[in-house]
Amino acid sequence: MSLISTLARLEAVRTGRAQPAATVRHRHLSEHPLVLVPLTTAGEAGAPLGALVGTDRDAPRLLVVPQPRDRDLRFAFLAELADVVLPYIDTYADDVEAAERNETDPETGKRVKVEVELCADAPQLIVPSRAGIELVRLLGRSMRFRRTAEQDPETPHPAPPRVPLLGRWLTHFGERARVPGSALLLALTEVLGRHWATGQSSLEDQHLAALLAWIDPPDGVSGAEAALAAELRRDARGQLVCPPAGPATDPAFDNKLLAPAIERYDRARTALAAAEDGLEADDRLGELTAAEREIRALVESVTRPTWDAVWHGIDLLRALPEGAHAVDRWTRDRWSFTGHRDRIVAGEPPQPRRDDAVTAANKLATREREQARLDAQEALDDPLVMAGRRLAGEAFAGEVTDVVMAYSEGKSPRPRPLVTVRTDDRPHLGERVKVFRSLAGKPQSAEFVGHEEEGALIVLRVVDKMGRGKEPETGSVPEKGDRICFTLFEHEQRGGAKLPDQEETPWTHGGPPGEETAVQESADPVTEEDVL
Amino acid sequence: MTAVFDPGAEAGRATDAILRDTLHGTARGVVVDSPPGAGKSTLVVRAALELADAGRPLMVVAQTNAQVDDLVVRLAEKNGELPVGRLHSSDADPYDKALDDLPNVRKSAKAGELAGLPVVISTAAKWAHVKVDEPWRHAIVDEAYQMRSDSLLAVAGLFERALFVGDPGQLDPFAIVGAEQWAGLSYDPSSSAVTTLLAHNPELPQHRLPVSWRLPASAAPLVSDAFYPYTRFRSGTDHGDRRLNFGVPSDGSGPDRVIDEAAESGWGLLELPARHTPRTDPEAVRAVATVVRRLLDRGGAATSERSPDPTPLTADRIAVGTAHRDQAAAIRAALAELGVTDVTVDTANRLQGREFDVTVVLHPLSGRPDATAFHLETGRLCVLASRHRHACIVVCRAGVTDLLDDHPSTEPVQLGVTVKFPDGWEANHAVLAHLAEHRVSWRP
Repeated sequence: MSLISTLARLEAVRTGRAQPAATVRHRHLSEHPLVLVPLTTAGEAGAPLGALVGTDRDAPRLLVVPQPRDRDLRFAFLAELADVVLPYIDTYADDVEAAERNETDPETGKRVKVEVELCADAPQLIVPSRAGIELVRLLGRSMRFRRTAEQDPETPHPAPPRVPLLGRWLTHFGERARVPGSALLLALTEVLGRHWATGQSSLEDQHLAALLAWIDPPDGVSGAEAALAAELRRDARGQLVCPPAGPATDPAFDNKLLAPAIERYDRARTALAAAEDGLEADDRLGELTAAEREIRALVESVTRPTWDAVWHGIDLLRALPEGAHAVDRWTRDRWSFTGHRDRIVAGEPPQPRRDDAVTAANKLATREREQARLDAQEALDDPLVMAGRRLAGEAFAGEVTDVVMAYSEGKSPRPRPLVTVRTDDRPHLGERVKVFRSLAGKPQSAEFVGHEEEGALIVLRVVDKMGRGKEPETGSVPEKGDRICFTLFEHEQRGGAKLPDQEETPWTHGGPPGEETAVQESADPVTEEDVL
Repeated sequence: MTAVFDPGAEAGRATDAILRDTLHGTARGVVVDSPPGAGKSTLVVRAALELADAGRPLMVVAQTNAQVDDLVVRLAEKNGELPVGRLHSSDADPYDKALDDLPNVRKSAKAGELAGLPVVISTAAKWAHVKVDEPWRHAIVDEAYQMRSDSLLAVAGLFERALFVGDPGQLDPFAIVGAEQWAGLSYDPSSSAVTTLLAHNPELPQHRLPVSWRLPASAAPLVSDAFYPYTRFRSGTDHGDRRLNFGVPSDGSGPDRVIDEAAESGWGLLELPARHTPRTDPEAVRAVATVVRRLLDRGGAATSERSPDPTPLTADRIAVGTAHRDQAAAIRAALAELGVTDVTVDTANRLQGREFDVTVVLHPLSGRPDATAFHLETGRLCVLASRHRHACIVVCRAGVTDLLDDHPSTEPVQLGVTVKFPDGWEANHAVLAHLAEHRVSWRP
């Protein structure tokens, strides 16, 4: 944890309220996000119990699996989820604008500009917590390889028509969420935690209700008290007033309310199956419907508080102005969305179970580049974030006290003005360290020349962005009295080297996928303890 | 007959076997593990010269520009006639100016301009941008354990066969974002190049250099036991071959006593009272700076097998090692206050591959309330404890042993990932137990 976030947390403890960790919003928020509050069944990974989902805060759609261990009901749930999520995604798929992209011409091998479509906006999925993102990935993984009857008439357990497609989209959202700064799929606790520092640990911050209690406590109550109440307070029936944001449920809810209700449902179903005539069946169907309605009411009672909390959190975030670079990163999200849309339209197969060597390396490189870009952009967009970097010795701000014109040696001397900055910051500057400042949105670099007055004055030599002439262009050199801020980190990231194509995977990495040189997964050897 | 360990002969045998496999073997790759100071660079230079002699076009991949420049200079020292290409980036000051004085070294930012030279050297990052129609016959990959699997992926298409050389005990490469997603895959892009290489090509011949020429007889057994328990090595020199003497006698202070202890035994632990502190613990920082100041003031002289006469212990022969960059910055500032300027102060990452007569180390766990995976990383401590030819002085707050006992490693075990032994926890305990015998307690 950085020094400034430690300080902010201490201050939050002292004041009883979360302290701002940012002055602008560093993630793009869609005007119409799709909020998903999922629940799963205890003890069975990937068995959904229900969900609230939708784009209208006042009219969420409630999806429930009355018997989560029944796989047909599970499929029905996923099909219903697909009916909500896919039409939402489709509304963004058709609205496109023209854009250009660099591609390698297959004939000449040269980089050429190609006109392509870019979706004008992209869908945004918001789940309450990090565990929700994991569930989205798991659901995606469990659905994308399923076959529908249409795809394969022979398949023994065909999936409902749009379920595999939903799996591919959820997988894409889940993968994209791993890219730093992306916003296609957001976990609300993470985004709130980025913008506020509470007086509790980051582990405790994963409890959405407790986190909100610190950020926006009720009148007259301190954040700590409100957070404790959110974690512990129970009603007369022994149920949590703020149920867990899921996807796991509270054991007291499972044991006291859910289990008996599911048992009634099972009994009613058995009874219905055993009905001997139409009249009896009608009665028993009534009982079954009542039992199902009861489970639906239970699931709604534990998801609705979270649903409202998510929208409360979104309101708090919307009150912050969006950071200047957040829209750039959203554009990358739009590219990502458009790319996946195109892959689906082109009829490409679902994402493989595991990345091959080249894909894995490309993803890692992209994410590292995006992380560095995010760190730089957040600091440039937000003086509070920059203050943290200054405190860490990675940037400094101050007033220009002197500018001396100087020139480089050589045939055509270029301007290399010496700029002296007075600062209270203590950056980690070494000999000829490069520093950068933002000049009309572009980074201008300078070299560290030396300290004066025991570090209070920093002398820099500006080395670029001054135009082509002998005299620097107007406004390109800081002037005496200017307040400026230099960073020791770069503002823009260079693209990495191009990796070989998959088919050209070298021998060091197992050769092209599918070849026999690839490492085969071997089953564990049978031992004496293996009795089955 | 009792076998007498002859380090020179032992090392010679290992080198011969490596060169035989490299020049005449059939395997596409040869892997060489080298403990600290075992003559890795010497091996690389020798292998490069022999491959060049054999008329095989050679590319050399190193990890940093400093390593590349160093190799170029060493090659030129051994054979000034050999034309060497230094492929560099198009940034300002892309290479060491010393290379300009070497007549047979051609420098360029374009691989095409260096085509046809017997040896071309560059960093992995620069090689990744090179495109060739005809791959090089041979490559040498230096510091291969510090190279990430994905950077090997980017350059492996450039060569047919390669010699991979590196130190498995130093810091593993790292990624700035999570890479758990690929843990257990044979080509996990965040693992080391050698890990991936051997996962796919387990039959490749593997060698190791058995003798450390850098570490003194006082340090080799500890470093070997603590960090290389299954691939032990010996020091090339014996007890008494190296001596550290000081002209000015001790003034009885903690720093002076720990200097004398380290001069005598090769190790010294300056232990400050137990306390939780910020990372840049002002007392510990001052203690490190004071030790360095006294090392210089007391007129140290180092005697070693290199020359019959003692060489003075000057600032450029001393280094300070830390875990974090802000600690290094704080120590630099403290040294500047004491008028010391030319002493290298850096983090473990940046001290990798370097060598000094005396090192002063701020213990990574000193003053900490917790022991995270970062601070427990085996390679970090290994680098810090294996940079010296004569003595290593560790400055640390008391209580690290208890801290370790309170924080056993809790990293999740990933399926399919080879567990690295020893773990940092174990290695830290081993080093602390040894240092305890050379402890000087001091209240500044």
